[in-house]
Amino acid sequence: MIRFDHVFKQYPNGREALHDVSFEVKAGEFVFLTGRSGAGKSSVLKLLTLIERPTRGTVTVNGQETSTLPARAIPAYRRRLGIVFQDHQLLMDRPVYDNVALPLMVSDTRFRDIDKRVRAALDQVGLLGKERVSPAELSIGEQQRIGIARAVVARPTVLIADEPTGNLDHGLAREVMNLFRRFQDVGVTVLIATHDMALVREFAQREILIDDGRVFSATPPDPGSGASPTSGMGVVA
Amino acid sequence: MISPGTYFSRHAQALLSAFGRLIRQPLGTLLTIFVIAIALALPSTLWLVVKNARIAAGDVTDSIELSIFFKTDVPLEKAEQLTAAARQRPGVGEVTLIPADDALEEFRRYSGFGAALDALQGNPLPHVIIVRPDTAYANPQGVESLKRYLSAWPEVETVQFDGEWVRRLTAILDLLRNVFAVFAVVLGVGVLAVVGNAIRLEIRARRSEIEVTKLVGGTNAFVRRPFLFEGVIFGLFGGAAAVGVVSLAVASLIEPVGRLAALYGGRFALTGLEPLEALVLIFGGSLLGVLGAWLGAARLIARIEARG
Ligand SMILES: Nc1ncnc2c1ncn2[C@@H]1O[C@H](COP(=O)(O)OP(=O)(O)OP(=O)(O)O)[C@@H](O)[C@H]1O
Ligand SMILES: [Mg+2]
Repeated sequence: MIRFDHVFKQYPNGREALHDVSFEVKAGEFVFLTGRSGAGKSSVLKLLTLIERPTRGTVTVNGQETSTLPARAIPAYRRRLGIVFQDHQLLMDRPVYDNVALPLMVSDTRFRDIDKRVRAALDQVGLLGKERVSPAELSIGEQQRIGIARAVVARPTVLIADEPTGNLDHGLAREVMNLFRRFQDVGVTVLIATHDMALVREFAQREILIDDGRVFSATPPDPGSGASPTSGMGVVA
Repeated sequence: MISPGTYFSRHAQALLSAFGRLIRQPLGTLLTIFVIAIALALPSTLWLVVKNARIAAGDVTDSIELSIFFKTDVPLEKAEQLTAAARQRPGVGEVTLIPADDALEEFRRYSGFGAALDALQGNPLPHVIIVRPDTAYANPQGVESLKRYLSAWPEVETVQFDGEWVRRLTAILDLLRNVFAVFAVVLGVGVLAVVGNAIRLEIRARRSEIEVTKLVGGTNAFVRRPFLFEGVIFGLFGGAAAVGVVSLAVASLIEPVGRLAALYGGRFALTGLEPLEALVLIFGGSLLGVLGAWLGAARLIARIEARG
């Protein structure tokens, strides 16, 4: 479960990236966060991963109000999230195995279990058998799937992704989205920031549209419903 | 709660990863270890100089002695009484009485003036006692106090002791010890800086890895751990190399120093690092290594934040 309550975010340079943003994503939901470049999508995700803190308002994840989290509780909080990045952020000088195992290495998982879980995660993204390969030897699509395997290996209840298909052609992007759908099928809450509207329409999931830091309602798949500014009450039905 | 087994294997894993990182940059690693070894070898050498000088000086102070000349009218029985009294005095080690007749006999035998001495009426020499201070008094202050005490006896004509050189030797030893302390502190700080700097460079080079690790929930402690192990490895190998360098230096000096000592009639042998001292050096090096790594790493790692 993710909830934003009247969240404002102003960066130190004075730029207001989010203005009175409120929305809720229920447990087990699959939601697209859309909007054009600079709208504030990444800012929303950065508040979720605690890379940034809201200037005002509250962000709640799985019942945990993040603004009350002290710095030393952040690592444990992040371990319960799965995060996928646009530029995948893989460690190119380490084999695939080490990359996928990283979220388990930083926790107190036993080595035997790490082995099992890494294989399971690689299996889920169709890359079992590539453990010892360097990510540099893989295609962009495969690299992105390694990033997804890393995000899900610790079995997070919430999976968030920032432009996970940004570098992929439509076929590969669809494959990756299907992967995310499968995680939703097993109960994971999925929030994906994207500006790939073709993909959003194709997958016909609930959509939260933001523009210029404000939330607009949008209810796919019917594009006719239009988007109207509902600043301050951005919960999308 | 983390189980002991997992805790241990995490540390083993961090240690392995530290070794891996160091081996992947053999030149930089060797260079850092070399610099640490030199920085540790210098004060160690000075320490050995102090230690050997102390031993050599000890040989010399063993031969510190006071000559007490009695007045010529003091009879032998009185001299013997006083010899016994001197033995009771705290600070007095050995006391030897040289009766005037013995002294004259010896003089006659070795001086070559035998015939001339025969012309003398009676013995012009006084009885003499030779006093050696015990170890606690074999220093300028101790000797001075003995000298003052013995001079005060009415039967004593004069007490002879050339104390200046003992004072100088002691001052030189004190100076050497202070120089050693200064060297040890300065070069110890140098080791901290060398290790800290090497670790900082590496942290900067691994910035993106650290960011990702933190983003998936890695704590500062987790990120820090391999770097601290690197510091330990630097210090450990630097300390061991320093032991090697110093031992080699001592080994190459033992023979010439022995020859030099023989020329002066001494049987002084150069002393190298004892096993305990070698251990202290290696352990101290490791300690400096981990401390340097901590100082270099802790704040820097805490400041690196994931960007997303
Ligand atoms: N660290 C920052 N410091 C200052 N301004 C920032 C920072 N990050 C983002 N911004 C600004 O905030 C606004 C929202 O940026 P954000 O990255 O959230 O947009 P976005 O929707 O993710 O865009 P894109 O689709 O291009 O990734 C932009 O105007 C951006 O310039
Ligand atoms: Mg963005």
